[in-house]
Order: sequence, then C-alpha cells, then structure tokens
Amino acid sequence: MKAEKIAELLKARPISAINGLDKDYKYVSSSDLMSDCLAMITNNQSETIMLTGLCNIQSLRTAEMLDIQMVVITRGKSFDEEILSKINEFNIDIYVTDYTSFEASGILYANGLKAINRGKKL
Amino acid sequence: MEKSYSVKDKDYINAGKVSSLIKKELKLIGVDESIIRKVAVASYEAEINMIIHANGGDIYFTIEDGNICVVFKDTGPGIKDIDLAMTPGYSTANEKAREMGFGAGMGLVNMKRYSDEFDLKTCPTGTTITLKFKGA
Repeated sequence: MKAEKIAELLKARPISAINGLDKDYKYVSSSDLMSDCLAMITNNQSETIMLTGLCNIQSLRTAEMLDIQMVVITRGKSFDEEILSKINEFNIDIYVTDYTSFEASGILYANGLKAINRGKKL
Repeated sequence: MEKSYSVKDKDYINAGKVSSLIKKELKLIGVDESIIRKVAVASYEAEINMIIHANGGDIYFTIEDGNICVVFKDTGPGIKDIDLAMTPGYSTANEKAREMGFGAGMGLVNMKRYSDEFDLKTCPTGTTITLKFKGA
C-alpha cells in the first residue's frame, strides 16, 4: 500500500515527507516499547511502517537504526521544538494521526497491511 | 579504522547519536546493509544502557581485517546478576527511561542476538561490553 493511501486511511498529517508518497509498504509494527521494535522487526524493514504513541526522539532513532522509512505517531501527539529542529537528521517520513494505536492498527489491518513476521507460529 | 566517542549520563535527547554516527561510517565504506543494521541495533542498545544505567561512558569503534568491533566502557555500578539481566523482559530502568520508551528488558538480549561475538565484563566499578561483527 502506498504511503499516500496509508496517510489517507489514517487521516494523518505529514511532519516530514522525504521518501515520497509513492513508496510502497506491506507490514506494520505497532509498539510503544522501542527495544521490542528492535527485537521484533528483523526483516522487510524497508516495507514496514512503525506505528507508535511514543512521540520523542527515541522512536525516530529506533526507526533510523532499523532503516524504517515511515513512522506514524498515534493519539495526535506532537514533537517539541527541540526535536522538530532535528527532524531532518533522519531520512524518515513522519506522520501524525489522531487515531489511537488500536484504531490505527485495526484500520491498516482491515485494509490489507500485514503484521511483521514474528518468526514463530502461534 | 579507529574512532572513539563519549556519552553522558542520562543524556536521553542525544541517546543513539553515536550509534547513528557508526552506522554512517559503515555506510560510507560500503559495508553490506544487513551487517550495518546488526551493528546499529546492537550498538544502540548498548549505548542506551550506558546512558540509563551506567553514568555514561566511552565507546570505541574499530574495523580490522574485515571485522567490526565496538566496545562500550562505563564506570557505572556494574550488573549484580548477569543471568537475570539477560532474561528477556527483566529491567531495572527508572521511570524517566520508561517514559522514553526503554525498559522493555531486551537490551542485553538484543546485543547478544545481533552480534557475532558478545562479551560482558562487569564489577561494582564499571562494565565493559564488547560486540564483534564479521563481514566488514
């Protein structure tokens, strides 16, 4: 699903849009715990978006380490001025949606985006 | 190549900057992307641990004979029970660290998992973690 469509479904507004609205994504990681993201996003990073309510520089740093190119901040949160001044350090498209993480996850799942590969069957 | 960096105690706003610099260095010299990612993730976890738990410290990054080595040296209070600290989900992170998104208890686990060699030496006056990666 293209970034443009994801943003449209989530009614998300862009904070930083560098990689282009045409970029294609297939997977979603939804978490507020950054070490869990580091542990679980082990493949398909360039096709994965990060959904998180953690609105601070460490969610961007985590995305940077993993080569994630799109982060959607949930619950309508906004970055403070100090972080906004550093946003261009990261080559990441950052959007904000007013939906909760649960709602945003549900919307994307219902529209065909998949969970990240957790590496084992349940 | 040899580089060294310092991180400050509880410097949450800049936490991860050194790992980002290491990642950029590896990209410049053309290391494979998947190896860069492993180095970046493991280093990031180690760097965060130094800032949260260990009063900051120094980071030494070398590439020699195709191997990448990153050493994290701090003068913090050490790790009392290594086996417990290596248990997924176990964390002693404080409230501030948890607010920042840390404290999932996966730091040491991720460091070991993503590196090809993981060495930890600790005592009440400090901890040294050495991470090695093949294929530079």
